[in-house]
Amino acid sequence: MKNVDIVIIGGGPAGLAAAIGAYEAGARDILILERENALGGILKQCIHNGFGLHTFKEELTGPEYAQRFIDKVREYNIPYQLDSMVLDINAEKVITCVSREHGVQQFKAGAIILCMGCRERPRGALGTPGERCSGIFTAGTAQKLVNLEGYLPGKKVVILGSGDIGLIMARRMTFIGAEVLCCVEVMPFSGGLKRNIVQCLDDYNIPLYLSHTVIDIHGKDRLTGVTIAEVDSHMNPIAGTEQYIECDTLLLSVGLLPENELSEMAGVKISPNTSGAVVDETLQTSVPGIFAAGNVLHVHDLVDFVSEESELAGKSAANYVKQAQQGTVSHRQVVMGNGVNAIVPQQISFTPDHDVHMMFRPRAVYKGAVITASVGEQTLYTKKARILAPGEMVNFTLKKDDLTAANPDLPLTVEIKEAA
Amino acid sequence: METSYDVIVIGGGVVGCAVARELSAYDLKIALLEKATDICAGQSRANTAIIHGGYDAKPGTLKAYYNVKGNGMFDEICGELDVPHEWNTSLVVSFGPDEDPQIDELYERGLKNGVPGLEIIDHDEIMRREPNINPEAHRALLVNNGGIVCPYELTTAYAENASINGVTFFRSTPVTNIFKENGSWIVETPSARFSAKAVVNCAGIFSDEIHNMVSADKLEIQARKGEYYLVDKKYASTFHAAIFQVPSAMGKGILVARTVDGTVLLGPTAEDIDDKTEKRTTAEGLAKALAGARRTWPNLPGRAFITEFTGLRAHCTRNEFIIGEAADAPLFFDAAGVESPGLTSAPAIGKDLAKMVSEALHAAPNAKFNPIRKGIPKFRELSNERRAELIAQNPDFSKVICRCETVTEAEIREAIRRPVGAVNVDGIKIRTRAGMGRCQAGFCTPRTLEILSEELGVPLETLLKSEPGSRYVYGKIFD
Ligand SMILES: Cc1cc2nc3c(=O)[nH]c(=O)nc-3n(C[C@H](O)[C@H](O)[C@H](O)COP(=O)(O)OP(=O)(O)OC[C@H]3O[C@@H](n4cnc5c(N)ncnc54)[C@H](O)[C@@H]3O)c2cc1C
Ligand SMILES: Cc1cc2nc3c(=O)[nH]c(=O)nc-3n(C[C@H](O)[C@H](O)[C@H](O)COP(=O)(O)OP(=O)(O)OC[C@H]3O[C@@H](n4cnc5c(N)ncnc54)[C@H](O)[C@@H]3O)c2cc1C
Repeated sequence: MKNVDIVIIGGGPAGLAAAIGAYEAGARDILILERENALGGILKQCIHNGFGLHTFKEELTGPEYAQRFIDKVREYNIPYQLDSMVLDINAEKVITCVSREHGVQQFKAGAIILCMGCRERPRGALGTPGERCSGIFTAGTAQKLVNLEGYLPGKKVVILGSGDIGLIMARRMTFIGAEVLCCVEVMPFSGGLKRNIVQCLDDYNIPLYLSHTVIDIHGKDRLTGVTIAEVDSHMNPIAGTEQYIECDTLLLSVGLLPENELSEMAGVKISPNTSGAVVDETLQTSVPGIFAAGNVLHVHDLVDFVSEESELAGKSAANYVKQAQQGTVSHRQVVMGNGVNAIVPQQISFTPDHDVHMMFRPRAVYKGAVITASVGEQTLYTKKARILAPGEMVNFTLKKDDLTAANPDLPLTVEIKEAA
Repeated sequence: METSYDVIVIGGGVVGCAVARELSAYDLKIALLEKATDICAGQSRANTAIIHGGYDAKPGTLKAYYNVKGNGMFDEICGELDVPHEWNTSLVVSFGPDEDPQIDELYERGLKNGVPGLEIIDHDEIMRREPNINPEAHRALLVNNGGIVCPYELTTAYAENASINGVTFFRSTPVTNIFKENGSWIVETPSARFSAKAVVNCAGIFSDEIHNMVSADKLEIQARKGEYYLVDKKYASTFHAAIFQVPSAMGKGILVARTVDGTVLLGPTAEDIDDKTEKRTTAEGLAKALAGARRTWPNLPGRAFITEFTGLRAHCTRNEFIIGEAADAPLFFDAAGVESPGLTSAPAIGKDLAKMVSEALHAAPNAKFNPIRKGIPKFRELSNERRAELIAQNPDFSKVICRCETVTEAEIREAIRRPVGAVNVDGIKIRTRAGMGRCQAGFCTPRTLEILSEELGVPLETLLKSEPGSRYVYGKIFD
């Protein structure tokens, strides 16, 4: 078994930035393990532009954005192993990995950074009834077939769910000559970024049916059509609103699930709210020395924030390894108040050594509401937002001095105060 | 193409494959004709996978006889064919004193059927064994010889073993007509005309049509649909035993049953339908399966499902298995109307039918018969030492294609290369579990298609999910 200071699982944007963060914080003995034959993660198949506006102030494609980080990893000579699938990790931080080149390998890590990304929710998770035919793809699978393999998955397309990948694929399928009939979203608002609605649907006159869902799937062998219907406020289909749409392809963009099998093997506590690890402001999980960042921690919509978050995880892991044995830190809990969902971090140490970046998703659409973060009577942050929606993650920063000074007996509450 | 055989078996479900394998122990020339693109296409693909104890069928029926006899053969057959099975017991539970008499009745019936090791247990014992069960559980029949088995592996294992012992498999070969000509059976299919001394009808839900081609004693098979939810293997340890509720006229009721792979089945519903090819799930059916399962498992989490599916039972209106030579059609044998407990009965039906056919044809034993089949190594279940050895022999074992179920490239290639190997994506699924996990093939489909295309030497755009028409992609975007 080989000892390594910091092992990073996953070589997507999160893993790359975590490696860079760790290196820049002084760590040298780092190893990235990636199961695919190239670094870059999901960005390899995101050939559209729109990446990096926040970080680089320019619009890059996914592969271009990833390349900037890959170049940095190479410049720092950070070792990485491709075609290397991690099969198991445990609380002692022993990692079991399998690859063509090395067979079965085990590493004993000083710290682990979990950067495994996420997977798409399939039809089965929705329970949509109907035939069990071909022609139903998750949007990301269709994206891979189109962008990486060059195949046309279908000609007449309905998109279920208005998550970003679905929106991007609406445009992409149109480009390659398919007819995209509509995008159907069960919620009364879109799950994707506003700019994607405009640039991927509106610009191509693809209708978005809000408060609608697919209630039946037709076609014994290949899909021949779907029945859609409007839903009421409890998301139950409204009788009489059914519409049959003839199509040969149904793309699902109905949510992403952090890929935490490995995290659970190591005993990392998972939040039912984010489906990712419970972390503190250093991005350390419930298992000392195991950190998490990127889509495996919580589903991001902008890769810039993935990179930012992951650099911090890298830095924290480097600090952890340097101090070898960190004492147990006690934490202030973060409470989700009105309108707040999927907050990260879920806990913050009483004396953080840096400002703390908070991220959450609004539970619904709010106009002119105010975001506040407070400890008891003391307000640490407040900001009015023109519009808040579940599709766009909210980011803000709390000052470390404010946090240190706040009453240690009380939690931090983040909430949305709705406009009267 | 060789079309003249001693025996033709119609239907490649678990019964047809078991019959073919047992027949291959005799010195006979055998073919198996299957309508679908692959074997294991009917009931044997979508069922509850329980090795039933035998307490349920009416005493004196063939159902009772074959259930008890088949149950007793599982250790031997699964040993020979390397098929996963587990004796995790079954519990039939009453959820209130009003249902207790049915429990007692099943116990009595089980005794009459010769089921070993039945016990009646009370609330406390139920809760001790199954702490997650609805606490209203009142009394239960504990079936110690109840178990679970992988139904697809049992079917494909029978087929592989039959194949290495000389049986020829013809898939995509539906039988359209059968008649006698010059003392032989002529079996017509769209691609060829076969002849045989004896025919065995194992056509599942269509076994009435096949039987009625040769016999005046008409059979009727009613399709009885069962819908299921499949729960993530995260919940594998919620229940130890397969949990049944008290049965109704339509069947054994909604079960909560772990599979050998750790997923949990909720279902099946029971509804008679006219279309024998229907595989759709319905909102009503799924709601029934869920409501039924919640009775057993009140804390069933809402987001636990990975898929839903439907199975069609071949319910004979005579409410009995039809096994043996047809009275008015010598050398035409039936294994018709084999609904539940047909999976459990298959090993016994296979042995008995092979005996009947071989005796009728005065066949000698096949001296070269090899009863042993080894399964495709399951990388996910192996020790690291064993994994390293396999990778050293074949580096394709190092490439995980299905991340949810940890299925490697080597396993997928082997599933295609084996006798009666996979020819489409669903075929890979049932032979390796690739695509059966949490992401339901989102991740592995593109790579699986590439491997299939390479191994079969056909363009990727011609590959199917299962039946003709079920292709995945419409060709290259740019040529
Ligand atoms: C279709 C799509 C469109 C998007 N569009 C935009 C956009 O326009 N702008 C924007 O800013 N962001 C966009 N994003 C978001 C952005 O791409 C993601 O947030 C980012 O890729 C997440 O990075 P990650 O490293 O956490 O995950 P991933 O990119 O998924 O990387 C995870 C890596 O871990 C590896 N891995 C997982 N498990 C193991 C294991 N057991 N062993 C070894 N390796 C493993 C995987 O192979 C993968 O390479 C988009 C995302 C998608 C899917
Ligand atoms: C919902 C459900 C739950 C069940 N649960 C259990 C259980 O828990 N335990 C248990 O013991 N049993 C169970 N059973 C019963 C068990 O699955 C069946 O008894 C068993 O699989 C029957 O196998 P078979 O080979 O007779 O039929 P099938 O598996 O249906 O095979 C018949 C084959 O014949 C082929 N065929 C049809 N027509 C033609 C033709 N004209 N030409 C060529 N081929 C043809 C079909 O394509 C098919 O492949 C269940 C069944 C169902 C449907």
